[in-house]
Amino acid sequence: MGTRMFSESAIERIEKEYKEWLQDYEKALQKLPERLERFSTVSDMEVKNLYTPLDIKNKDYMEDIGFPGCYPFTRGVQTTMYRARLWTMRMFAGLGTAEQTNERFHYLISHGETGLSVAFDFPTLMGYDTDSSLARGECGRCGVAIDTIEDMQRLFAGINLEEVTTSMTINPPASVIWAMYIANAENEGFSRKKLGGTIQNDCLKEFIAQKTLMLPPEPSIRLVVDTVEFGTKEVPRWNTISISGYHIREAGATAVQELAFTIYDGITYVEECIKRGLNVDDFAGRLSFFWNSHIDFFEEIAKMRAARRMWARIMKNRFKAQNPRSMMCRFHVQTAGCSLTAQEPYNNIIRTTTEALAAILGGCQSLHTNSLDEVYMIPSEFAVKIALRTQQILAYEVGVANVIDPLAGSYYVEALTDRMEEEANEYIRKLDEMGGMVAAIEKNYPQMEIADSAYRFQQQIERGEKVVIGINMFPSEIPPLEVLKIDPEIERLQIERLHKFKERRNKVKLQKALDELRRRCEGKPCWENNVMPALIEAVKAGATEQECCDVYREVFGTYTDPASF
Amino acid sequence: MANERKLRILVAKPGLDGHDRGARVIARALRDAGFEVIYTGCHQTPEQIVQTALQEDVDMIGLSILSGAHNYSFPRIMELLKENNAEDIVVVGGGIFPLEDIPKLKAIGIREIFTPGSKLDDIIKWVRENVKPRKAAA
Repeated sequence: MGTRMFSESAIERIEKEYKEWLQDYEKALQKLPERLERFSTVSDMEVKNLYTPLDIKNKDYMEDIGFPGCYPFTRGVQTTMYRARLWTMRMFAGLGTAEQTNERFHYLISHGETGLSVAFDFPTLMGYDTDSSLARGECGRCGVAIDTIEDMQRLFAGINLEEVTTSMTINPPASVIWAMYIANAENEGFSRKKLGGTIQNDCLKEFIAQKTLMLPPEPSIRLVVDTVEFGTKEVPRWNTISISGYHIREAGATAVQELAFTIYDGITYVEECIKRGLNVDDFAGRLSFFWNSHIDFFEEIAKMRAARRMWARIMKNRFKAQNPRSMMCRFHVQTAGCSLTAQEPYNNIIRTTTEALAAILGGCQSLHTNSLDEVYMIPSEFAVKIALRTQQILAYEVGVANVIDPLAGSYYVEALTDRMEEEANEYIRKLDEMGGMVAAIEKNYPQMEIADSAYRFQQQIERGEKVVIGINMFPSEIPPLEVLKIDPEIERLQIERLHKFKERRNKVKLQKALDELRRRCEGKPCWENNVMPALIEAVKAGATEQECCDVYREVFGTYTDPASF
Repeated sequence: MANERKLRILVAKPGLDGHDRGARVIARALRDAGFEVIYTGCHQTPEQIVQTALQEDVDMIGLSILSGAHNYSFPRIMELLKENNAEDIVVVGGGIFPLEDIPKLKAIGIREIFTPGSKLDDIIKWVRENVKPRKAAA
């Protein structure tokens, strides 16, 4: 029965020999003891000295591992994986004005990047225009400032939006920015049916980790469902949510916490879309994920393999999805910013390379590699080119993209994949018991679980139990480094052109469009009250990002950080 | 003095930056070291931070910022403290700062800047050596 990988007699023999080997190991330790009292991953998961068939003796090849492109997708979501098409090399980029960022996009494309990814500045991320009093000093610093549809036009000038896919890291104002993207694309002659890309649009992880906070959880989810509904009907090639573990991990979570909380966020979105009346197989295929690739090589690979298997099982068993595409955990990966050091910054190239390799062996669909100077600032051209070249060297020189899921069958990787799934499932049970993610967030549960992990890790660093070269082993000073400078003058210029833009608008048309947006927000969530068509009209009539978000804030109320620690 | 009251420290996050891992770790470490810690949470304006500092009668403010917007918020906070006759509150910064900005921030009265990789123990030691309870306002 089944497709077990080892015969009973083989397991018996291995078990016997393993016991003998353990005795040899103990003897050898008497001569030379182990280097550490305890060996563990960066997430503090203890690991054994050796993994053997005994650790995976109960695995069923077809049920647990299977073939690439087939349920449960442990070995990859596509049948051909990187043999037919490499992952998309998608560098997160945004700096200063829309023109400066457009220039960076063209620079990256000319050096071989294959997908775009927009980093917005903090005012844009929080739903404020550059002229807001809350935006002082922030314009263009951590990304690009986008206030209007004209900024959006400048951002993508000279780029074929039907050919390239664009990922936009935007959360509470995701619907507004997406409306600007669609409206601009249509103004430029592209069809919304052919637009491909992703909006991050994952509001739950904002409460849990990233803290780009605007509205309370319930209306935030309503807007997410509006975008999913609109995408399903109108923009079929768009990934309407990028369910993100990245920020949860950067905030200090372990790999298991990243996996569990993110998968649970996904469960929540699926439940909410079904409540709206959508058929699971109509929208689930457009949900995508976003994982962190941290410094512990095998742990990351195991996490990504476990994520695919978990999501497939959840979609099939919990949500009764029928279409295999609905069960696929397709994902973007970014290497771990928090693993980098300001000390000896060139070492960050080595860290990023290792993390990128793990992402590739983990089967990512797209990848951002951090630049060596991202600890200081958004990257310089010099640094970002090395980061992009890192992916290209791994893709074309190293041979790791030649064979699909080459680490499958590794006793360690398979055992670790199982353990990731088991421990994440514990959290999922717990969250179910708590009444779901929104209830858990209100109890501060995921936030404090992550804070505990972050604090524990920091203490381990202080005690030298975890090592970061240049920090607590071979410590070094922070050197001066030539980094990108953002001219503070651009803030004034952006405000000036925003004011000119506002003067040029047809006030009547604009007010009518914003009134319609408000009416829909106040109405019962349903297709007739979906905000997206109203937003597209509003931004075409010149509504700024903040004007749309102000409607949201006025109708739905705001949310402030509960400030727990 | 043996019976000096516990130091009261405000950990604050100015601006729109949501990177709060460092602030929350520091807040907890300072609390575990025996100080009274108040944490503002993210997205605070300079006005809100100074108001909280005065209301809570703190001895020190630790500003955590990773967005690069410190050249606006830090001087504004120092200005507001001065306006409120509270420039004796010790203000320090933590986060990401271009090296050339550090002397400028110290020149406006920021007493210390803690950059990435700073040890918790060193920060706690610095606080013990450099911060004294404020004299009660008349």
